[in-house]
Amino acid sequence: MELEPIIGLEVHTQLLTKSKMFCLCDANYQIAEPNSKVCPVCMALPGSLPVINRQAIEFVIMTGLALNCSINEFTQFDRKNYAYPDLVKGYQISQYDFPVAYEGFLEIETDDQPHRIGITRAHLEEDVAKMQHNNDSTNGHTLIDLNRCGIPLMEIVSEPEISSPEQAREYLIKLQNIVRYLEVSTGDMEEGSFRCDANISLRPKGSKTLGTKVEIKNMNSFRSIHKALTFEIKRQTIAINNNEVIIQETRGWDEEKEITFSQRSKEFAHDYRYFPEPDLKPIKISKEHIENLKSSLPEMPQERRDRLIKNYNLSEYNAKLITSNKATADYFEACLTSHSSKSSQQIEIAKSIANWINTELAKLLNQTNTPIENIKISPKSLINLLNLIEKGTINSTQGKQVLEKMFDTGKSSEQIVEEENFSQISDLDSIRSIVKDIIVQHPDPVQDYANGKENAIGFLVGQVMKTSKGKADPKISKSLLIEEILSGTK
Amino acid sequence: MNILTDLTIHEAHKLLKERKISSVELTDAFLENIDHLESKIHAFISVTPEIARSAAIKADKKYQENSASTLTGIPMQIKDVISSKGIKTTCGSNMLKDYIPTYDATVLSRLLDEGAILLGKGNMDEFAMGSSTENSFFYPTANPWNLNRVPGGSSGGGAAAVASGESIFALGSDTGGSVRQPAALCGITGLKPTYGLVSRFGLIAFASSLDQIGPMTRDVEDCAIILNAIYGKDINDSTSLNVTPADYTQSLDENIKGLRIGLPKEYFAEGIQTEVRESVLKAAELFKQAGAIVEECSLPLTKYSLAVYYVLAPSEASANLARYDGVRYGVTPTNPKNAWESIESTRGMGFGKEVKRRIMLGTYALSSGYYDAYYVKALKVRSLIREEFTNVFKKYDALLTPTSPTVAFPIGLKTHDPVAMYMNDACTLAASIAGIPALSIPCGFHDGLPIGMQIITTYLQESTALKLGYTYQKMTDWHIQRPQL
Repeated sequence: MELEPIIGLEVHTQLLTKSKMFCLCDANYQIAEPNSKVCPVCMALPGSLPVINRQAIEFVIMTGLALNCSINEFTQFDRKNYAYPDLVKGYQISQYDFPVAYEGFLEIETDDQPHRIGITRAHLEEDVAKMQHNNDSTNGHTLIDLNRCGIPLMEIVSEPEISSPEQAREYLIKLQNIVRYLEVSTGDMEEGSFRCDANISLRPKGSKTLGTKVEIKNMNSFRSIHKALTFEIKRQTIAINNNEVIIQETRGWDEEKEITFSQRSKEFAHDYRYFPEPDLKPIKISKEHIENLKSSLPEMPQERRDRLIKNYNLSEYNAKLITSNKATADYFEACLTSHSSKSSQQIEIAKSIANWINTELAKLLNQTNTPIENIKISPKSLINLLNLIEKGTINSTQGKQVLEKMFDTGKSSEQIVEEENFSQISDLDSIRSIVKDIIVQHPDPVQDYANGKENAIGFLVGQVMKTSKGKADPKISKSLLIEEILSGTK
Repeated sequence: MNILTDLTIHEAHKLLKERKISSVELTDAFLENIDHLESKIHAFISVTPEIARSAAIKADKKYQENSASTLTGIPMQIKDVISSKGIKTTCGSNMLKDYIPTYDATVLSRLLDEGAILLGKGNMDEFAMGSSTENSFFYPTANPWNLNRVPGGSSGGGAAAVASGESIFALGSDTGGSVRQPAALCGITGLKPTYGLVSRFGLIAFASSLDQIGPMTRDVEDCAIILNAIYGKDINDSTSLNVTPADYTQSLDENIKGLRIGLPKEYFAEGIQTEVRESVLKAAELFKQAGAIVEECSLPLTKYSLAVYYVLAPSEASANLARYDGVRYGVTPTNPKNAWESIESTRGMGFGKEVKRRIMLGTYALSSGYYDAYYVKALKVRSLIREEFTNVFKKYDALLTPTSPTVAFPIGLKTHDPVAMYMNDACTLAASIAGIPALSIPCGFHDGLPIGMQIITTYLQESTALKLGYTYQKMTDWHIQRPQL
């Protein structure tokens, strides 16, 4: 029996508001001393009351609009009751039947196929405390840091319309990019600002009914989400083929063992006893307010891609890569601004910048797992490097080496070229003497070229570059080689 | 008995202003009375003499500098459900017996800003759940008119303090009658304002959609003075109302001619003590003589108030009381095995019987499968009760009812019968459910025990209730009677 997976994703993303969701405490809690960003409200002292953060509501409306959602003109908060030591009030202020945004979609592409994934809803709630469990530094106790209490969390729930781990990853990457473009969240998974739970079930291909779903938690990277879903599909496939019953349960992802494991079965599921939060009045969101937010939405990835193609004649491929991450696109445009080119040259330079970012720079960032935001090479610095290549001070092979050193050290290209004696040899006499040696050393390729096998010249240029330790100007080397070979055959 | 402790706020303010007395003298008189009477009355959970004296010295300075307001130098008791910075706030519970808040409730800081003097914190039923103050973890409060009787509740400490001369006024909280019923049973004036008129920030929550703080005073004029000081929008309470500024003392005149008063017949039916019914009807007669139009009317849905209240209030309470896990405050067990054991024994030790009962009631009512039948149904009936009031107030400016079905009952009589205890609130619950104002003022005595009547008005019409109450007190002297102690 051929089975198909049905996946739905729940994403919790912390919002980049100035203050917390229901009090005036600083929401920038990550580097603060434990329990220093707190007040009676977020500590749940007796008698304290919540007050809604307007910016958080607006951020969810903006995200909702970017995800093609409808916005509820009447929205309200509810209490979600459950007991856990990290939940200080004993209930979480969340949203139940009137979320801020509902019924949208996100378009993704896998294997060159477009897919439209439905968005069920986007709502607001508050984050809980951080617990540090029993270890040496806590003296065997569990410690609680309340700084995270009350940080606004946006929950975005997808329809069960994702049919592979690849699609799940694409969906998340795209969603992450959207919250970053909107600047409503850092979207960082490692910091815990962007968290994902997955619901997954299998059913016979073509069937309309859903199988028993399993929820998977604690996946901390796109990679682990992909792996966890892949594992879970395999586990459930084997179980179904062995006629075992899939249990509705919550499973955790074990990053080290690369398996999912049972955490809680349905019998122990919470009854959250939702009811409307009596401490907060329902909110009416006017059509004008929604329209105003809509018209002030920042440029989204697709729009930016189209603009880059239109303005700089970038290839579809380059533009897509550049805009797939807001920070990369920002970097690209900052480079362009740093370049004091005439507009006639701009298309040329834009292409060159895009190529460098998408190949050499991307390689270095990937190898070192560095986000482009943390790069040591300023846009101005990259432009200076490209100028050195353009002027012929160094060749592009050297350029790649200089870039690597800039990436490691943060030094300017000029400094590296000078310190490491990188400058290109372009005087004819020096190159000609190397060229003559190479011709003597490699008679066969020389003969091949002379016989009309043009490819052979590439090898010989390579040899000149090698002998000159990459410093010879490859263009000059090539023309001198040709000149010398042709004059020798006369 | 010290004559200073018999003063009303407006009388004391006049004497202070004329420098006939000082705030220090006034404060000391009350502190002496507290010393003298507390062993009998138990109106306070904590007394704060040092804080009171140093505030009194400051108040006297204000009078010397002519920068005093009406409340400067006036001693008060604040119910122990209201957060007071640096001063133990127990909520009448073992759970919070050592809890010292880090912030003042909005009402308290407004009163302190006016220069009022905090004498201490008032005894109450644990977490404001009860009608007799017998649910206090610490001790029951005695009714100053008869020490074997209850003072009512849950703000029994406040009512007893004001009646006995242990404080000029008190702040109570009223969720289903907790200001009005003890005011009635102790022969004082008590107001539950419109829901949202007074900030709840710092009021330890029992049932958030019903809780309101209200003044407990010796007469209606004092009540208006306190309301002036505490009402109004608070940015820390989203449910507080943005009302146009008002001076409630401006409504205090005897011009009630043509005001239409309804006597809802359901409030005079079976279950109401004969003497109580007769006293209220006599008061109605007096209003008629003063020019008001008095007619019988009907509020048939009132009978559902008790059921609605005992679904909604415990439901909200079950969530409000979930924060008491012993981690940040509250009693904690020694050497618990793990977090769950710690939380469970904190709650086991910390909460009393009635509180546990209501948490269980509320948890049940909100549970999956029962939510629609209980909570949602109760919300629907709540809307109907509101609507019924809206309709009846198209015809009447005010409704006159008994505050409590009976006068104060003996201590211990109803402690083993929760439903009999709940019935004490039968007359006060509907106004709470509808969120409308209700004033209780003394209107007679039976067996040496005070009788109270309730004046209910529509949304934000406190001024009409105060005007009627003021007029009545001009015509009668029930409110100036003091118990012999």
